[in-house]
Amino acid sequence: MRHLLSTADLSRTEALSILDTAEEMAAVSTREVKKLPTLRGRTVVNLFFEDSTRTRISFEAAAKRLSADVMNFSAKGSSVSKGESLKDTVQTLEAIGADAIVMRHWASGAAAQLAASDWTDCAVINAGDGTHEHPTQALLDALTLRRGWTAAQGADPRCADLSGMRVLIVGDILHSRVARSNIWLLRTLGAEVGLVAPATLLPVGVEKWPVSVFYSLDEALASGPEGGPDAVMMLRVQAERMGGAYFPTAAEYTRRWGLTDERLAQLEHHRTAAGAQPMILHPGPMNRGVEISAAAADSPMNQVLDQVSHGVSVRMAVLHLLLSSSERNTA
Amino acid sequence: MRTTSTAPTLILGARPYGEEPTDILLAEGRILAMGEQARVQAQELEQVQELDAAGLIALPGMVDLHTHLREPGREDAETVETGGRAAAKGGFTAVHAMANSSPVADTAGVVEQVHRLGRESGWTEVYPVGAVTVGLAGEKLAELGAMAESSAQVRMFSDDGMCVHNPVLMRRALEYVKTVDGFIAQHAQEPLLTEGAQMNEGDVSAVLGLPGWPAVAEESIIARDVLLAQHVGSRLHICHVSTAGSVEIIRWAKQRGIDVTAEVTPHHLLLTDELVRGYDPVYKVNPPLRTTADVEALRHGLADGTIDVVGTDHAPHPTQAKECEWSAAAMGMTGLETALPVVIKTMIATGLMDWRRFAEVTSEAPARIYRHSQQGRPLQPGEPANLILVDAESTQTVDPTGHASKGRNSPFRGMQLPGSVRATFLHGHPVVLDGELNSPYLPSQTQREVTS
Repeated sequence: MRHLLSTADLSRTEALSILDTAEEMAAVSTREVKKLPTLRGRTVVNLFFEDSTRTRISFEAAAKRLSADVMNFSAKGSSVSKGESLKDTVQTLEAIGADAIVMRHWASGAAAQLAASDWTDCAVINAGDGTHEHPTQALLDALTLRRGWTAAQGADPRCADLSGMRVLIVGDILHSRVARSNIWLLRTLGAEVGLVAPATLLPVGVEKWPVSVFYSLDEALASGPEGGPDAVMMLRVQAERMGGAYFPTAAEYTRRWGLTDERLAQLEHHRTAAGAQPMILHPGPMNRGVEISAAAADSPMNQVLDQVSHGVSVRMAVLHLLLSSSERNTA
Repeated sequence: MRTTSTAPTLILGARPYGEEPTDILLAEGRILAMGEQARVQAQELEQVQELDAAGLIALPGMVDLHTHLREPGREDAETVETGGRAAAKGGFTAVHAMANSSPVADTAGVVEQVHRLGRESGWTEVYPVGAVTVGLAGEKLAELGAMAESSAQVRMFSDDGMCVHNPVLMRRALEYVKTVDGFIAQHAQEPLLTEGAQMNEGDVSAVLGLPGWPAVAEESIIARDVLLAQHVGSRLHICHVSTAGSVEIIRWAKQRGIDVTAEVTPHHLLLTDELVRGYDPVYKVNPPLRTTADVEALRHGLADGTIDVVGTDHAPHPTQAKECEWSAAAMGMTGLETALPVVIKTMIATGLMDWRRFAEVTSEAPARIYRHSQQGRPLQPGEPANLILVDAESTQTVDPTGHASKGRNSPFRGMQLPGSVRATFLHGHPVVLDGELNSPYLPSQTQREVTS
């Protein structure tokens, strides 16, 4: 593995290797000295063409815990806002001596273009590209799901996949890079995926995806052999979709697709095959009162803070695996 | 000033339309004689150049109804001179320069400028297309009459790149061009259905997370416009048809006797949206690359006459316009120098058409649509000597760095394609010989040397 661009490119073996490495990294994060020397002398650049403080500080924490030098390059206030091309920006970073580029970009495919170009030899990590993919988010979600799934069965998370697990992804699938990355990774790991959304927020062609599609959240929450899901992943509704173009009003969206108090109560009473309560995930930041009620946001079933800490572990694992395998190129 | 110094040419053993070999004598801008008479009459002329064309196919010079020459305004992308060279090398003896220059070709002044640049360049005939609306803005009609009466004598009007989407304006444009015996070439794209669109909407766009461009955005405009053309009894040409549904609508319209003609580009005959998976902007084009089913429908539509012509939509762009993020990249691909091989690959090599039909769709039909008298004529004695010699047996790997166009944005880069243009005669003058540029046709000036 030279770059991490898309979960669609990951084999089951590669995905499990990242997740198992992330488990080891998580153990480091609980120590008093939360630092490993593995990437000492290596330079990681966070190249962000779009604001995302959460993702950036997560990558920054991950790189620093591996002792890498970290540079943050934000498009705002840099020459990019004056019209510098991606090519020139990246060649500049290459000249400064970057070993890995973690890139968040507003354009779908920007990370893939960078990796395919001859502009840089850096390892490229896609930290979200347009409405395409966000692979480290999917990996941290998978780490979270695997922890819960195996804990309920009293099993060791290491080497386990998600076979038999049923995961619902609810919300704006059409514009969600998180959803796309999760769908491919969850399927690779053996989980069943259900998508729940108004038809306006599902892509044309979704019927060919290896998923079930529900227009009704209530129907989806009652589906399956156990009469309910093992996990529900709520996606953030972007403010710009709420103007009446994709659904009439935020209130109608909440009534039909929100995780309301009533639906939370239904989930609280549901038991998975292993006898556990279903997990609730959200990539954050949450719109309380829109896609998720305050009670659901604060519920002990909600994994949102675990997801954040797992994000650091997964990103440490990815940086470690990409940079230690490319060491000979830069030595 | 003197007239052209072109010597007569005796073409030996070429196969007109791929049929029996014959000799063809060109003199004074015309096909003087063919067959045995060619040699006989050549003996009566002086300085006859003999050209061994054994194995080569003779075809009428190709006519492109859809070319972007970028001049005036974007001379960094292409000029009339460089685009003319590309046209000659590609086998085109006439091109029609779309109106989206800067300034837009929406006045008599601009179309006369483009027309004059074409005459001074001399590599191909250049016919400017006039804009339908002022500034291509889709708000009010440009002075179509003034452009028609100008020295450029414009007959084809198009807002290409933009759709004349206002139905009332489209109706008025269709009616108005009747007064100058012109026609409207519509770029069929409903703007609200394609806001921010980046590629064909379908299975691939769903995975790539790129905003989709639904087929219905093209088809709904074509359906509306054929009905408008029927209602007002005017001539309508549909640019770069790209979907199977569009082919069906046009077939239906023709069955009803509506005066509509249609065009397909070489790239839509060969390439599909699967190529977008790598996000290489060289594949970004408007209308977008569609699916295999669309490609099949377009090929059959071209073979059965539903689609009348091949138009290149040659759209050169400077490197930086394609060396960037997909959604920031310019739309368009070069096409003049690859059109013939791509049509051979998709239509001749597949057995879908013969060389007679090839001559129709690349030359005769586009010339008839424009009502040219000196282009798209049969290969017969007395006809104008606008013709090409093609080596259909050769194959070559496309290398855009060797193209005469300034544009390097060829989607066929690296592909092995059959067939090549060996010679192009413009009014009897060899603008291309041995597959290379020779010299321009300058009837009222001293012949110039090829400088690069």
